[in-house]
Amino acid sequence: MGADSAISISGLVKTFGATRALDGLDLEVAAGEVHGFLGPNGSGKSTTIRVLLGLLRAGAGRVELLGGDPWRDAIALHRRLAYVPGDVALWPELSGGEVIDLLGRLRGRIDAKRRDELLRMFDLDPTRRSRTYSKGNRQKVALIAALASDSELLILDEPTSGLDPLMEERFRECVDRERDSGRTVLLSSHILAEVEALCDRVTIIRAGRTVESGSLSELRRLTRTSITAELASPAPDLAGLPGVHDLRTEGARVHCDVDTAQLEGFLVVLARAGVRSLVSRPPTLEELFLRHYGDGEAAG
Amino acid sequence: MTGAWSLLRLALRRDRVMLPLIVLGFAGTAALSAGATVGLYPTEASRVAAAHALNATSALIALYGRIYDPRSIAAIAMLKLSGFGTALVGLVAAILTVRHSRTEEESGRLELIGAAAVGRLAPLGSALALAGIASLAVGVCTAAGLIAAGLPAAGSIAFGLSWTGAGVVFAGLGAVAAQLSTSARTAGGLAASAVGVAYVLRAVGDARSAAGVGWESWASPIGWAQQVRPYAGERWWVLGLMAAATVVLAGAALALAARRDLGAGLLPDRTGPASASPRLAGPIGLLWRLERGGLIAWTVACAGAGAAFGGVASGVGGLLTSAQSRRFIDRLGGAHGLIDAFLVTELGFMGLIAAAYGIQATLRLRGEETGGRAEPVLAGAVGRVRWAGGGLGLALLGSAALLLASGVAAAAARLIEGASGREAASVIAGALVQLPAIAVMTGLAIALFGLLPQRVGVAWAALAAVLVLGEIGRVLGLPGWVVGLSPFAHVPRIPGGSFQPGPVAALLAVAAALSAVGLAGVRRRDLT
Repeated sequence: MGADSAISISGLVKTFGATRALDGLDLEVAAGEVHGFLGPNGSGKSTTIRVLLGLLRAGAGRVELLGGDPWRDAIALHRRLAYVPGDVALWPELSGGEVIDLLGRLRGRIDAKRRDELLRMFDLDPTRRSRTYSKGNRQKVALIAALASDSELLILDEPTSGLDPLMEERFRECVDRERDSGRTVLLSSHILAEVEALCDRVTIIRAGRTVESGSLSELRRLTRTSITAELASPAPDLAGLPGVHDLRTEGARVHCDVDTAQLEGFLVVLARAGVRSLVSRPPTLEELFLRHYGDGEAAG
Repeated sequence: MTGAWSLLRLALRRDRVMLPLIVLGFAGTAALSAGATVGLYPTEASRVAAAHALNATSALIALYGRIYDPRSIAAIAMLKLSGFGTALVGLVAAILTVRHSRTEEESGRLELIGAAAVGRLAPLGSALALAGIASLAVGVCTAAGLIAAGLPAAGSIAFGLSWTGAGVVFAGLGAVAAQLSTSARTAGGLAASAVGVAYVLRAVGDARSAAGVGWESWASPIGWAQQVRPYAGERWWVLGLMAAATVVLAGAALALAARRDLGAGLLPDRTGPASASPRLAGPIGLLWRLERGGLIAWTVACAGAGAAFGGVASGVGGLLTSAQSRRFIDRLGGAHGLIDAFLVTELGFMGLIAAAYGIQATLRLRGEETGGRAEPVLAGAVGRVRWAGGGLGLALLGSAALLLASGVAAAAARLIEGASGREAASVIAGALVQLPAIAVMTGLAIALFGLLPQRVGVAWAALAAVLVLGEIGRVLGLPGWVVGLSPFAHVPRIPGGSFQPGPVAALLAVAAALSAVGLAGVRRRDLT
C-alpha cells in the first residue's frame, strides 16, 4: 500500500452512453486527512465514489484505493472502508438495529459498545422498522453502521443532508474523533460551513473535471481578498496596480478586491498614503465555490 | 377528487404495456379454451354424462364449481375458468389497486402529488378507476372472444360481466386493504388472502349440499360470479349484487382514506428487534430473510393445490365419456392412464407456478439494485458472484420446496383415496422432475439480469410464452419444434411415463450455461 495516499485518481474518465460523466478527474487523498469533495449537482461526485467502491468500472485513467485496484480487489478493500450513501435506501421490513448489524457484518465486524454509544448519541430508536424512518433517520442508520466499524477509510456522500443542526453537530464531533484516531475521511458535501470546519484539504470538481485542489489556505491564495480602507490622504491611483479589481474610491475611502497573491504590493502603496483603518476579509468558501460554479469558462 | 383525472391518465400511461397484455391474456385464454373443449363432447348424451359425473364428485365441485345446465357445451367448457379464471381476475384487479395507491404512498411519490392541487381522495379514486377500467376491458373482450369462438351470445356476455364484477369487487377489497397497512407488500398479501378465502368459501358452499348452493358460496365474490350462471339461464340480478358490494367496499376505502394521515395505516406498525440475529449476516442471510415470509405463503398455497388435485385424481375417469375420448384413454392405458395424464397435467401446472416463484425470487436482485439497496451490500466485503449466485440458489431451493410441498400433499391425498405407496411416490417424483425446466427459466432470468438488466421483464414474457405453448400449442397445431422451445416440453411425463436422462441432462446443461453467462455478466457490468 502506498504509505501516504489513501485515494489516488488521475485522468479518470467514465461515460454512460453519449454522456461523459467524468472527464479526466484527479483526486488525491492523503492517509489520515479529512478531505472535502465539492461540486455542484451532477458534477460527478457520486459517480467518482461509485468507481471507488467498484460498483462502476473506470473507463480510462488510473484509480488507486488503499493501494489496490477498486474493481479487482473490491472485496479485500471493502473490509477496510465504510461507506454512507447520499440517498440511503433500506429494507423496509428490517428494523434499524438489524440493518446496522447487517451492514457491519457485511463489512467484517462491528464494535457493539461503539454501536450503542452512537445510537444514544444520534438518538435513534433501533427497534423501529426502516419503513417508518424519515430520511434523516435512515441516514443515521447508515452513519452509525459506518462509524461503529473499525475501517481505515470512511467514504461519506453528503452524509448530513437529512440531519437537523443538532445531529449535524454530533456528526462533526464524530468526524473529529475519526481524524484523531488516524482514519482517512472522504467527505462529499454541499454544506460549505461543514467542509470549512472539518476538512484539511478540499477538491472542487465541475462537469467531471477537477478545477481546484489543495488546503483551504492554498485555495484562498488563488482568490481575492476584499479590502476596505480609510486613508489619511486622498487615495493614490490604485487602478493601475496589478491584481486590483472592482475599485471604488470615495475621497479617502477605498473599497476593492485584490488578488491574494498581489496583496503585499497593494498594501505597500496603501501604507505610503497613511492608513487610518483597514478591514480585510478573506474569501469565504462560498466565494471559492461560486467562482468555479458560476461562470462557464472558469473550468480549467 | 380534484386531479383524479390527471392521476388516472398517469396510471394508464405507466401501465400502457401491461394492461393490454392482461386483457388479451384473459380474453385469449377464455376463447381458446372454449374452442378446445367443444370438440371433446360432440353429442348431447356425452355432455350430459360428463356433467353428471362431475356434479356427482364433490371433490371436483369443490375444485371447479358445479355445471348448472348439463346439456350446454358452453357451461362445461367454461367451468374451469369460472372458478380459477375469476379468482385470477380478482387478484389482478386487487393488485392493480394496491399498486397505484399504497405502493405510490409507501415510495413517497404520492407526497409529491399530495402537495399539488390534488384532492385527498384522488389517488385512491384514480387507482379504483384504473382497476375498474381494466376489469371492464377484460369482461368486454372476453365476451367478444367467447362469441367469436361460437358460444351463445347472452351467456358469453354474462360470463364476461361476471369477470368484470369479480374484478371490481376485489379492486374494492384491495382498496380497503391498502388503507389498513402501511406496507404495500402486506396490503397485497391481505388482498391475495381475501381472494383465497373467497375461493375456499365457494368450494365449501358448492360441495357441502348435494343439490343447492350453500350460504358460503353467497358470501364469496367468486361464488357470485358463478351464480350469474352463464349459459345456464343467466341470472343478471347477481351482477347487481356485485355492483352494490363494489360501491360499499370502495366507499369504505374512500372513507378510511379521508380520515387517515398520508403514510399512515389502521393496523399498527409493529416494532422489530433492536439487534440482528446471528443468521442475518451475509448477503445470502439477508436475501433469505427478505424471501422467507413470501416463500412460506407460496408453500402453503402449493401444498393446498397439491392436496386438491391429488384428492380429485381418482374421480377424473368419469369425465370424458364420449366414445372418441374413451378410445383415446384406452390407448393411454385405461382409466389408470387417464389419472396419470391428469396428474402429469396438474404437476406441470405446479411446475409453472414454481417457475413463477423462481423468476420472481431471482429478479429480486434487480429490485434490490434499482431500489439502491444492493449498493450498501456490495460496498461491504461481498463479491458480486456470491451475492447474485446466492440469490439464484435461493430461488431454485425455494422452487424445489414448492414442488416438494405440492408433490407430498398430492401423494398424501392419493394415499387417502386408496392409491398404492408406489403410485404416491411417483407423484412426488413427478413434481421434482420439473426442477430442471425451472432452472432453465431462472437461468434465463439471471442471464437477463447480467447482460440486459433493463430487459429483465423478458423473463416473465418467456414464462407466458411457455404457458401458451404448453396449454394450447398442440391445439393450435404448431409444429413440434416450436412447442419444443418450452423447457417444460422436455420434462419426463411422470407418473405413467418413464424417466429419460437425456432430455433432463440437456435441460440442466442449458440451465447451467445460462446461469454461468448471467453471473459472468453481473461480474463485469456497472451497477446502477
